Amino acid sequence: MLEWLDAVIQGVLLGGLYALFAIGLSITYGVMRVVNIGHGDFLVLAAYLALWPVMQFHLHPFLAIVPVAALMFVFGYFLQRVLLNRTIGPNPLAPLLATFGLAIILRNGLQQIFHSDSRSFQIGQLGTDSIPVGGGIAIGVFPSIVFAVAIALTVLVSLLFTKTSIGVALRATSDDAETAGLMGIRARHTYGIALAISFALIAVGGVFAGVRTTFTPESGPSALLFAFEAVVIGGMGSLWGTFMGAVILGVAQTVGAKIAIGIGILAGHLVFLAVLFFKPTGLFARTL
Amino acid sequence: MLNVRNLVARYGQFQALFGIDVDVAKGGMVALIGANGAGKSTFLKSVAGQIPSKTGAIRFNDVDIGALPAEEVVRRGVSMVPEGRRLFRSLTVEENLKVGAFAGRSGRWTLQAIYALFPALEERRSNSAMALSGGQQQMVAIGRALMSNPDLLLCDELSLGLSPAVVKDIYTILPRIRAEGVSIVVVEQDIDTALRVADQVYCFMHGRVTLKGAPADLTKEQVSAAYFGIEGH
Repeated sequence: MLEWLDAVIQGVLLGGLYALFAIGLSITYGVMRVVNIGHGDFLVLAAYLALWPVMQFHLHPFLAIVPVAALMFVFGYFLQRVLLNRTIGPNPLAPLLATFGLAIILRNGLQQIFHSDSRSFQIGQLGTDSIPVGGGIAIGVFPSIVFAVAIALTVLVSLLFTKTSIGVALRATSDDAETAGLMGIRARHTYGIALAISFALIAVGGVFAGVRTTFTPESGPSALLFAFEAVVIGGMGSLWGTFMGAVILGVAQTVGAKIAIGIGILAGHLVFLAVLFFKPTGLFARTL
Repeated sequence: MLNVRNLVARYGQFQALFGIDVDVAKGGMVALIGANGAGKSTFLKSVAGQIPSKTGAIRFNDVDIGALPAEEVVRRGVSMVPEGRRLFRSLTVEENLKVGAFAGRSGRWTLQAIYALFPALEERRSNSAMALSGGQQQMVAIGRALMSNPDLLLCDELSLGLSPAVVKDIYTILPRIRAEGVSIVVVEQDIDTALRVADQVYCFMHGRVTLKGAPADLTKEQVSAAYFGIEGH
């Protein structure tokens, strides 16, 4: 019995990592109604960007998150302004194809530069430390840090959306972009901000993923898949819904792996498909 | 203040306006009347910058704003109350009003001024905008448009879906807004209301202006003929 509880706890903590993958996707979908197919590959890009200061200057991976997140924020803003805004219009296929194309370019570019060796970030003792909480259950310190950061960033983003004028503008654009234009809200700018926030969040997720396990230039699609599943389970465009979706996905994977080693990922997919089948709007659906 | 000349507007292949001339004087109140599909809303949307495919001149305060998108037109001082109100559904009443100030024009229309104009909204400021009655939603839509401190307020079908009593209330507010120096253009299906409130009336039919003038100078027969395209009896 306790081992099942252990699996659930590990799953909840894993869900924190998936929340960091997914919230950015939820924001861009909520504001622009566009799914960024390259989301996972940009996450991997962020991990490789962090690799450089970590290898070169022996910067602690956690500290590398700060400049990389800032860089990804700026990159996201300009990518949206210069390229992706041109694809947003009546044809929903255009942004899908554009981000799909970007994903392929990125994946092959990373392959060229870094080859397909798997990389990871080392954080020493912290990576393996755990706190026993009784009954043979131990909670890992690093997964707890990831979970806490995920909660903190979700709180921060929801405060941004409710308390700041740019946040209210993002929500207004999400509700009705045409009418938001009548109010003087420049959609091309708010869309840029949305992708910028999304990219800053996946920078955090990318580095944490690289600490937890390894990554290669090919890791993007599975990160996109987990993010997408979390968003769909939680309900498109809702921040806390997405967070809960990520936790549910994490628990499904660890409990699945407990049932039989090797079916963890599959169990996650099955939960995702079940939600899609029985409640296609997601469990906590609402707009931002 | 607003001078529109030979405005032609299209939705794709469909031509909606065929050379419209409209003038709005400073402090004036103009009503656009006409049947469904006559082009009144298209005209307002063209002025507000929501219809990119158009030719002709739209001069506002002696500046051509015809090529500007909506988010720039509002910064020049033209604000719109869209048809069907189009409130932001996930925002509260107060957030809806605040979004209206996004264009960054300062002036006398603040949250306090809007609540003074529509006291019913103040007590519901934290409610979701969608939880309000139709009339109160229309007040939010008008207040939101005023928050940009416009020189010209465009109102598209204020009476849509509202009871006659509520429509009357809404229309008693407009003179108070006008008294603050805001010029107003209303699109109105109800001829009597339009003739009562406006000092200039334009009648639209099939994308053309078929009649214009001050209400006092127009006979019921003239208006009927212009409105329905038939001679009144």
